[in-house]
Amino acid sequence: MTETTLSHPDNREPVAFTQDELGWLPWLEPFPADQLTERHWAGLVDASRAKSPYFLLLARDPDVLQARTKTDKDIFYNTRDGLPRAERELAATATSRSNGCIFCASVHSRFATQYSKRGADIQRLLDEGVEADIDPRWNAIVEASVALTDTPIAFGERQIGALRNAGLDDGEIIDVINGAAFFNWANRLMLSLGEPTPPAAKQ
Amino acid sequence: MSTTPTDVIDHLAGIRPGSSLDRLRDQRPQARENAQKSYLALFEPEVPGTVTALERYALATFVAGLHRQPHVGDFYAASLQTLGHPRLSEIIDAEIARGAVEGPYGRYPEGPHSVEDKDGPVYRVSADNRESLGARLSAGLEHAHLLVFHPRDANPAALQALLDAGWSTTDIVTLSQLVAFLSFQIRVVAGLRALAGASAVESTDTEYTQIFTGVLASGAV
Repeated sequence: MTETTLSHPDNREPVAFTQDELGWLPWLEPFPADQLTERHWAGLVDASRAKSPYFLLLARDPDVLQARTKTDKDIFYNTRDGLPRAERELAATATSRSNGCIFCASVHSRFATQYSKRGADIQRLLDEGVEADIDPRWNAIVEASVALTDTPIAFGERQIGALRNAGLDDGEIIDVINGAAFFNWANRLMLSLGEPTPPAAKQ
Repeated sequence: MSTTPTDVIDHLAGIRPGSSLDRLRDQRPQARENAQKSYLALFEPEVPGTVTALERYALATFVAGLHRQPHVGDFYAASLQTLGHPRLSEIIDAEIARGAVEGPYGRYPEGPHSVEDKDGPVYRVSADNRESLGARLSAGLEHAHLLVFHPRDANPAALQALLDAGWSTTDIVTLSQLVAFLSFQIRVVAGLRALAGASAVESTDTEYTQIFTGVLASGAV
């Protein structure tokens, strides 16, 4: 098989940040679903991901995909202690907004709204950008995520002081660090391996 | 490799067993274990594929250098040097200096966010070094720079440039994961180091402060 990139001339890429459910099209051929081995299934972690072109493409390096997915799940879903789910999703949304990943921001702004019930505040973050003035606690989480997303990294005592003043303890600050750092991983894959598609209803 | 630290993030962040940050990191045991597994899958893969160890460490040294995190940069540079190409390390250092800018920048799809477009350079390996590095590694460094500083400018043409330079589709997935993973690892390390520094000043955990001060004094951080 000749390896070339895939193009989607008919796709009308979303141009604005949204909480709607977007799709995603790969620019490289995903691993063929009918040729998945034990190692690939282990890499996908959840069998349902074999339906996703994004995860099938990443399944070309299954060991990394498996470790990446398990890292992701513990950072965002392990809520026995630490930061509430909504605020981990806020860190993911702020990071995606700063890097410019319209797809990742759509997924995680939706989660942030679902867990916080503060859809209007989340929408302001999407519309106005990471400078949006929400409230001291959310501002501190957004600012810390953005400072961690900058290259070179701008996160330091100032951001830690603001998070502590907003009531976060060190375990919760680690959740902010992990959430923002992880989306610097995810955004780069989503942005560089394919493109988002409009919400299904509007296609 | 027998020299591989048990936990690279702890090693790079200077986190000692039993310290408060060690205990706090344990609250996300799967994340901690799988960040390490990601590192191993990328740098000591069980199924190495066709991306060489030399390419992996050259790219990692470049990515860490672009982040201006000396502890991480030195860690990957040390492995690059043991692979036996002293000139290559010098070339990567020169390319880090050429490529050092500030991100994230780039363009949005034309629309309401176009006012936020932020210009920045498209990095290309210098002509002299391109010859020494070869087309494949040169294209890898150029793609790594795009992913580090302006991933929202990515497009199919950037992937086609990699295919044309000899990267297979599977190689590109590995390359993308490597750069993206390092973008994560470097931020966790920087974040934890900042938190450790802030703790040393403000924490009432005197036992930990003493351990951390001791680590600083020993130069092991």
